Amino acid sequence: MDRRKYLKTLAVGSLGASALIACEPGTKETPKAPASFTIDRTKEELIREAKLVSETFFDEHEMKTISILTDIIIPKDGTSGSATDAKVPDFIEFIVKDMPRHQTPMRGGLKWLDIHCLKRFNADFASCSSSQQIEMVDNIAYPEKAKPELQQGVAFFNLMRDLTACGFFHQ
Amino acid sequence: MPDFQIKKTAKDYDVCIVGSGAGGGMAAYVLANAGIKVVLLEAGPLYDPAKNVTQLKWPWESPRRGASTPLRHFGDFDAAYGGWELDGEPYTHKDGTKFDWFRSRMLGGRTNHWGRISLRFGPKDFKRRSIDGLGDDWPISYEDVAPYYDKIDQLIGVFGSKENLPNDPDSIFLPPPKPRLHELFIKEAGGKLNIPVIPSRLSILTKPINKDRGACFYCSQCNRGCTVYGDFSSSSVLVKPALNTGNVDVIPNAMAREVITDTQGKATGISFVNKDDMQEYTVNAKVVMLAASACESARLLLNSKSSLFPNGLGNSSGVVGKYLHDSTGASMGGILPKLIGRKRYNEDGVGGMHVYTPWWLDNKKLDFARGYHIEYYGGMGMPGYGFGFGMQGTNGKYPGRDGTQKEAGGYGASLKDDYRYFYGATFGMSGRGEAIAREDNYCEIDPTTVDKFGIPVLRFHYKWSDQEVKQAKHMKETFAEIIDTMGGVVTWGKSSAENDYGLEAPGRIIHEVGTTRMGSDPKKSVVNKFNQAHDCKNLFVVDGGPFVSQADKNPTWTILALSMRASEFIIDELKKQNI
Repeated sequence: MDRRKYLKTLAVGSLGASALIACEPGTKETPKAPASFTIDRTKEELIREAKLVSETFFDEHEMKTISILTDIIIPKDGTSGSATDAKVPDFIEFIVKDMPRHQTPMRGGLKWLDIHCLKRFNADFASCSSSQQIEMVDNIAYPEKAKPELQQGVAFFNLMRDLTACGFFHQ
Repeated sequence: MPDFQIKKTAKDYDVCIVGSGAGGGMAAYVLANAGIKVVLLEAGPLYDPAKNVTQLKWPWESPRRGASTPLRHFGDFDAAYGGWELDGEPYTHKDGTKFDWFRSRMLGGRTNHWGRISLRFGPKDFKRRSIDGLGDDWPISYEDVAPYYDKIDQLIGVFGSKENLPNDPDSIFLPPPKPRLHELFIKEAGGKLNIPVIPSRLSILTKPINKDRGACFYCSQCNRGCTVYGDFSSSSVLVKPALNTGNVDVIPNAMAREVITDTQGKATGISFVNKDDMQEYTVNAKVVMLAASACESARLLLNSKSSLFPNGLGNSSGVVGKYLHDSTGASMGGILPKLIGRKRYNEDGVGGMHVYTPWWLDNKKLDFARGYHIEYYGGMGMPGYGFGFGMQGTNGKYPGRDGTQKEAGGYGASLKDDYRYFYGATFGMSGRGEAIAREDNYCEIDPTTVDKFGIPVLRFHYKWSDQEVKQAKHMKETFAEIIDTMGGVVTWGKSSAENDYGLEAPGRIIHEVGTTRMGSDPKKSVVNKFNQAHDCKNLFVVDGGPFVSQADKNPTWTILALSMRASEFIIDELKKQNI
């Protein structure tokens, strides 16, 4: 609706209506948005967005591990760049804050992966050699042939695969 | 104690309308164009799809790639604010029953979120009791409503095809878009199974109809609201031109509390809380029209108690809130191997299906009383949040681009290519059926709970009957048959008796109607055949509340038609000084 038209139609000289105009959203102080939004956001949404970006969920080590995993899942090819080229790790950091249901499966899954690598290679996943990392991933990337005792790792890798692809194919 | 006084808006109006969705928007449009002074109360903010834009935005412009949030349930790009839960505005349930209530408080209301499916009710839909002995007949017939359907078709625009079906009357149609590849396969399967698959009937302009609205340019994004007003929403197609007459004032963020009545029992206006300053206001009018949505209008009436109306206004029958019914819903989807790895081209169309299936069977030969229609979807759309999820369930089932069968799941360049290869081969379908209106499915005032404005909230009691469960079973059997005949494979939506064949919880289809039902007998109904309260001559309800039965159609076109009809009746009665 044409905002000026709306104000004009309401400005009928009534005290009550004037009081309403003064309180019409938009005349109030707008909360600071995290970035400039190019899509429609309500006042409540801007407050929520600002809160989300002010928080940090993953620590440095977790982000490093996530970056390695996303590039294993979506590497650069002849058509396009890799997952980290498309800033997929940043998307994953955001989405677990936006959707708290992913937080425990992600944090716990990363821990599961590190503990598993420590037992096997005496190093956390990020500190393993590339070939050790691939050896580990091969054990959890194929749900139908993975060993039963690695099913928690399979579930984690399925989630990583989903979030990586989803983040990547939107860039 | 803060300064607490009720402020009166200085101007008096002919008509006060509560709610700016399909019913309220249409009433404002008709009345304002007849020179009647209208005040339109809307519980949410102003909204204009040309200014509050999400259309034609790229997925990355949403940090969550279009996913749902608690503040915008149908996703970041959807036009509709709100969702199944609103902060500080609860609703409750009785006896462990389930009902989900979608609320979108904004100019245009829930017309900002729907598939633009614009179906007329048919002659049988007004006379169901006479046909199957269940529920009640409407006090009006198709012939009473048909002239208004005609006017709405021309005012708003709807595309479709002339089919001459007995209970799915043709509208005055704009040309329909052509079916797309997945829809052609569905149509082909329908032909083999004797299931009709015909052009859909959506209120989207495939041709321009006036100078204020542009024609559809086929971006497939009607749910985002249209910057050229190429589809119908109440805000752009009804409220905006109503405002242009100069006869309408809109008060946004005005949450109605009660209908005010005088000692003679006439409605004199509405009291409301302004959500911005949390102050109390009243606005006076000669006529009050409720169009706040079926349940919200029932809530308003039940909360409008006085010595004359101890059970709530318009409720001497005790029927307000009862006979609540929502459409049934069940869905199934799959993958069509012959669409895998196909050529890339722009497959966008209108914002929704290009074909659908109207109810085609005779219930006398079935074990349930009412029918359903089928909506279809699929093909190559813009990826959104969830794109690529569950690839391990697909890429091990079909040979890949090189013709060899791979191990499910995986990673790396080969996985990356799988996302491209399988893109655009999935499709699905949903049934939307008629539930039977029953007295023991209802909403009432929760005796102990209020919302953040201090307004007593609704408590729901709703159970599906065997009729609806058997209908859902039939839907699922039909869907599986269609998918199989197409050569597709079902990947989701298989269900069984344990989960009522995937029948959605009541409320989920957002077609809830019936809470202020229409009838000739004031003891058994709330409003008469002109949507006028039996108990209060200058009070009207023009949302889905007056529906006696909902039909296997979406309710919007009938809400619009009945609101237009009631508004013309009001103009006439005001002229005669009857109200």
